[in-house]
Amino acid sequence: MPTVDQMKLVVPLLVVIALILFYALVYRKLARVSRNRVVLLALIVSIIAGSWYFLFADPIYNHINRGLDLAGGIHVVLEAEDTGENRVNDWNMQKTVDVIRNRVDRLGVAEPVIQREGSRRIIVELPGIKDMDEALEVLGKPAYLEFVDSEGTVWVTGADLKNADIGKIGDSPVVTLSFNAEGTRKFAEATEKNLYKPLAIVLDGEVISAPVVESVITGGEAYIKGYYTVEEAYRLAIMLNSGALPLKLSVVENRSVSATLGEDSIQRSLRAGIIGISAVVLFMVAFYRLPGALADLALSVYVVLLLAVLAGINASLTLPGIAGLILSVGMAVDANVIIFERIREELRTGKTTLSAIDSGFRQAFRTILDANITTLIGAGVLFYFGAGLIRGFAVTLSLGILISMFTAIVVTRILIRTVVNSKLFKNAKILWGV
Amino acid sequence: MKKIDFFGMRKYWFGFSAVVILLGLIFLVMPGKGLRLGIDFTGGTILDLTFDEPVTVSSVRSTLEPLGLGKSVIQASPDGRAVIIRTSTMSDEMKRDVRQALETRLGSYTVERIEEVQGVISRELTRKAFLALGIAFLGMIVYITLRFEFKFAITAIVALLHDVAVTLGIFSILGVEVESNFVAAILTIVGYSINDTIVVYDRIRENLKVRRKESLADLVNDSINQTLRRSINTSLTTLLAVGAIYVFGGKTTRDFGLALVVGILSGTYSSIFIASPLWVLWKTREEKLRKLAKA
Repeated sequence: MPTVDQMKLVVPLLVVIALILFYALVYRKLARVSRNRVVLLALIVSIIAGSWYFLFADPIYNHINRGLDLAGGIHVVLEAEDTGENRVNDWNMQKTVDVIRNRVDRLGVAEPVIQREGSRRIIVELPGIKDMDEALEVLGKPAYLEFVDSEGTVWVTGADLKNADIGKIGDSPVVTLSFNAEGTRKFAEATEKNLYKPLAIVLDGEVISAPVVESVITGGEAYIKGYYTVEEAYRLAIMLNSGALPLKLSVVENRSVSATLGEDSIQRSLRAGIIGISAVVLFMVAFYRLPGALADLALSVYVVLLLAVLAGINASLTLPGIAGLILSVGMAVDANVIIFERIREELRTGKTTLSAIDSGFRQAFRTILDANITTLIGAGVLFYFGAGLIRGFAVTLSLGILISMFTAIVVTRILIRTVVNSKLFKNAKILWGV
Repeated sequence: MKKIDFFGMRKYWFGFSAVVILLGLIFLVMPGKGLRLGIDFTGGTILDLTFDEPVTVSSVRSTLEPLGLGKSVIQASPDGRAVIIRTSTMSDEMKRDVRQALETRLGSYTVERIEEVQGVISRELTRKAFLALGIAFLGMIVYITLRFEFKFAITAIVALLHDVAVTLGIFSILGVEVESNFVAAILTIVGYSINDTIVVYDRIRENLKVRRKESLADLVNDSINQTLRRSINTSLTTLLAVGAIYVFGGKTTRDFGLALVVGILSGTYSSIFIASPLWVLWKTREEKLRKLAKA
């Protein structure tokens, strides 16, 4: 049995060969009317088959990246502030981004986005995160570790660490620390000077514990206890290993969605989409009959093309993006409505069907162009000013306007001309309700 | 199809719009009413939680009260497991306290959604929203002036302002909360409505070329009548699409769908009944003045 991949290669090849043979042996010998009938059949079959394949068999929307609101995940905007030692500048911001990236990597997030925005903001996007609270805590905490004696002298800091890990003493989880050479020397000195006295472990200015030094420690090893769960200890180990953040970060915006809620949103908007598009399709057939059905064929080409372009440019599909897509279907048939109404008018003036169609399309084109460019101005502004989700909406809307102009004008025109030339309908004017 | 005298009956159309907009404005400025701004505009926190065991709104409230969050807006689903808490922005310690209090008093839960917006961001959003609308209008004025004429541009923008006012007003009356999506909806409405208006203007422009001797009122009436079927059909197809978003979309897109439904209705109305009659008024007045100047 051939594999699916082999089939994907062989089937199109066979189709192409069959088409060439058909063209050489049959099509060339046909009269003009019959040729048009053949082309019409081929167009209708391929549009329906293509739409079925790309929308139902192997839907393109499964190949489009999903935004965080659909896939579930964290989107936070962090804003940096000066600390006692460090000011917000390019160098410190870059260092902060590096530390965050390090932490995110250690959390094991696939395809994170960590980028600077403006002079003091960092956008972090983590798709598919399960425990949102945990991840948020790991991101923004400075994790500045110090060992301080009772006089307030700082002996060793997180910068002297070689590695942090988790371990267990008895039943309670601990964070084990091993110092680098410099740190080992400093820690030995600290324990020597403070023998039988408390040495406080301070994290971000908060005393975690203050054990009494019972012996001089020269091996460069220490541990922090006082954690209830392994996860808590693990989180601290991640932060200590990634280094302390040079700047104070605060969350100015947070939009995080669980994967279940995202899945729910997908199901709902998919349903809204199918219902909305079906309603538009039915309306067109009910109102414009055969031309309406042809417009519907063009509409399915439109939906496939729009999804393909979104997949091609690596856009992320978001909830507002889907809303934009559904809306654009309603607007996409507008061009056809304008054209059909125009053709009706032209027919009323006594023109033949073909010339009415030609002048209808020509007259309508200018209207469609002017109307759509003004709409594009609005969508463009939305793209430029909108952030995140709104931008996704602006992208689908703008692309939708551009692509629908192509499908509604070019594809519909080819279909209609072929139908008329195929002379399948004796009185073509009836089709237009004239 | 019977011809409708759109220009002659303008007093009714203008009057109807004025009543709707005025009513909306009254609600907009009425103390205690007005546009209900969501956290995107005011700053704040939304927590969307699913509890393992059913809880009640009052038990959630009494848990939050000792933390100074007794005034939060709390909603629970009928089965009592899904809870939405809307409250002010919180510090990290505060968040930890809230989590702990909820867990110890009401049992474990999963976080479905967190939305937190600080004041800085919400102020930026409001500023950007006005800026975006201003720039979109400017761009449209320039384009329409180039392709048509300045008076078309201005009357088209008046029609757009009409749609924005109607949508704001209806949302104030209904008391639906607006978020940043609403800004996107308003700009989309503006984009839709201008599209509609341009189709009518395009027909006026075309008729002007061949029918120079007729009165403007007749010519515009004819133009609107000629494009009327298109206006209605297009707004129907678009309404079918956004109606589906409103009825079947999830809770996050529902209000967005509603704004579009209202806006598209208003946009279709203003393109037919407001923009072109206004243009005729302006044009005829100018011609009268010109004649007076000559005389």
